[in-house]
Amino acid sequence: AFFWLLSLLAASLLWSVSVRLSGREDAALLPLGAAAAVLLQELCRFACFKMLKKADEGLATFSEDGRSPISLRQMAYVSGLSFGIISGIFSITNILADSAGPGTVGIHGDSPYYFITSAFLTMALVLLHTFWGIIFFDACERRRAGGLGLVVGSHLLTSGLTFLNPWYEASLGPIFILTLCTGLWAFSTAGGSFRNVLKCLSCKQEPESQAMLYSALQVPPE
Amino acid sequence: MITFMNNSDSEEEPCNERTSLMSAESPPVPSYQDGLQASQAGEAQAHRKRRAGSSRGPNNIAGGEMSGSGVPVRESILENEEEELTLKYGAKHVIMLFVPVTLCMIVVVATIKSVRFYTEKNGQLIYTPFSEDTPSVGQRLLNSVLNTIVMISVIIVMTVFLVLLYKYRCYKFIHGWLILSSLMLLFLFTYIYLGEVLKTYNVAMDYPTLFIVIWNFGAVGMICIHWKGPLQLQQAYLIMISALMALVFIKYLPEWSAWVILGAISIYDLMAVLCPKGPLRMLVETAQERNEPIFPALIYSSAMMWTVGMAKPDTAARGPSQQTWDAAEDGREHLRSPSHAESQMPEMRSPVPTRPVTSIEELEEEERGVKLGLGDFIFYSVLVGKAAATASGDWNTTLACFVAILIGLCLTLLLLAVFKKALPALPISITFGLIFYFSTDNLVRPFMDTLASHQLYI
Repeated sequence: AFFWLLSLLAASLLWSVSVRLSGREDAALLPLGAAAAVLLQELCRFACFKMLKKADEGLATFSEDGRSPISLRQMAYVSGLSFGIISGIFSITNILADSAGPGTVGIHGDSPYYFITSAFLTMALVLLHTFWGIIFFDACERRRAGGLGLVVGSHLLTSGLTFLNPWYEASLGPIFILTLCTGLWAFSTAGGSFRNVLKCLSCKQEPESQAMLYSALQVPPE
Repeated sequence: MITFMNNSDSEEEPCNERTSLMSAESPPVPSYQDGLQASQAGEAQAHRKRRAGSSRGPNNIAGGEMSGSGVPVRESILENEEEELTLKYGAKHVIMLFVPVTLCMIVVVATIKSVRFYTEKNGQLIYTPFSEDTPSVGQRLLNSVLNTIVMISVIIVMTVFLVLLYKYRCYKFIHGWLILSSLMLLFLFTYIYLGEVLKTYNVAMDYPTLFIVIWNFGAVGMICIHWKGPLQLQQAYLIMISALMALVFIKYLPEWSAWVILGAISIYDLMAVLCPKGPLRMLVETAQERNEPIFPALIYSSAMMWTVGMAKPDTAARGPSQQTWDAAEDGREHLRSPSHAESQMPEMRSPVPTRPVTSIEELEEEERGVKLGLGDFIFYSVLVGKAAATASGDWNTTLACFVAILIGLCLTLLLLAVFKKALPALPISITFGLIFYFSTDNLVRPFMDTLASHQLYI
């Protein structure tokens, strides 16, 4: 969350400076500001990855069996989730606070569905950040530039789609499809598969694996 | 302050036996290792070799298990065990501190946002004599700086006074002072707070009910804080009085003065704890020499010492023997009464020496925790509350300050684990908080507002 805030700070700084310098209408510079924000967020995600990697190594050296108590996947999930949460909170809290007060939505000609679409968009964004976190960390771990590029690209795409906003079919629909696809991709990156899901749902596999463990334990004394 | 300090004086005796054992068999170890072995008696030992990015949190190692037999391999295994235990406990302690700090901030922000009373300007305290209603910016700045100087000098005087009292063993006076100040907090401020909340929600309450409620609340609070009581209840009361104090500060400190005071307090904290002649440091060292815990009612302790089959010791002295803890500056609570008794105790951190009586039982389940001074709670909440009150009604600023303070606390605990000394808890968090407040309010807010008005997401 802290890293996301740092990125937001940097992006706003950039935007304010550019607004002052250019002296033009705010709205024209928004795409630039938004793109800068996205790129800075990804940069901060990378910084987060580096720091967590170091922490992971530190933890691993400290623990007895050389493995750290928290796997990198869990860290990826947590970091993605926290990015998503802080991003979602920042997007929605003011809207929520305003929605508790008096007023009519869209009285000046804007869409009357502002609140509910904001809610859905925020939810999609939180999920997306979580998935991007997992994919990003995995791609960094295995040094696959393709994964990285796709994450950054899809983030830019999402942000760009929100620019089409009063035309909700064009923005909400694709964003949700993108969320689903990214989710499936993240799931498979984290090692899941259809079989895993089935195994998880049916608890019959448990005793077998335990039996295996016991038999494994028996081997050394012999 | 959060501090880890090795109880150097009191560890002297157990140290001697162990160190002689140690030096015969093992390669020369750094000094803290000796302390580690010496912690057999249950003294503080939070040490861990710090490596980058490792666990954060106080090093609470069950000293009892570390009987250094001196073999280097064994040492490293022990070290690893310690470190793992520390890691396990470390993260837990960070969470144990996050929860009360968060709760305090939530109470303060909720009150600020809902009760109008605390955002109205109804005068100033005598500690900030200069008004900020001047027309020119320069004059206002000057007045706020002067206010800060007055306030900080009051705090310094009170702290030095308290240290002197402690040095010359005027315990009765200090206890009386503390009791008087917590009395005032628990009864008077609660009465005002309850009155304002009832006014806001337009709930009628008759005087007898009010009397009974406040009497019960105050009496139980006094008992819990100054004597024995369940740990959770004591923690809840400490959080509540910190929140009340922070609300008083938010109401009665003028705006610019509040920000300058926050900055000055963190600098003062840094100096008072780390300079050799700093009052807080002297207080901690004196307490260590005498092997006594520092005052009750000024520290928040997150864990308890379970003594087998014994009645609980004084709640204030409860807590793991070594943890670093801070004597909170409770003095600030009593700004309103000129005769305020509370001393402004700077946040100190020092390991709490174990009570000799319970030293054996301590080896049994001892749950170590961290201690944080109440003054830290108060000032964190003042920062977040001020952000909530004056940031153009924006929640983003409040949240950004909240995250910044928590991250600062994390970093401070990390440093605590590295340095193993009493450390000030204020500077890092307050610095982050201030940076984030000003930058979020001025830079991020227009950006996010413009984005939100077009319903754009980044």
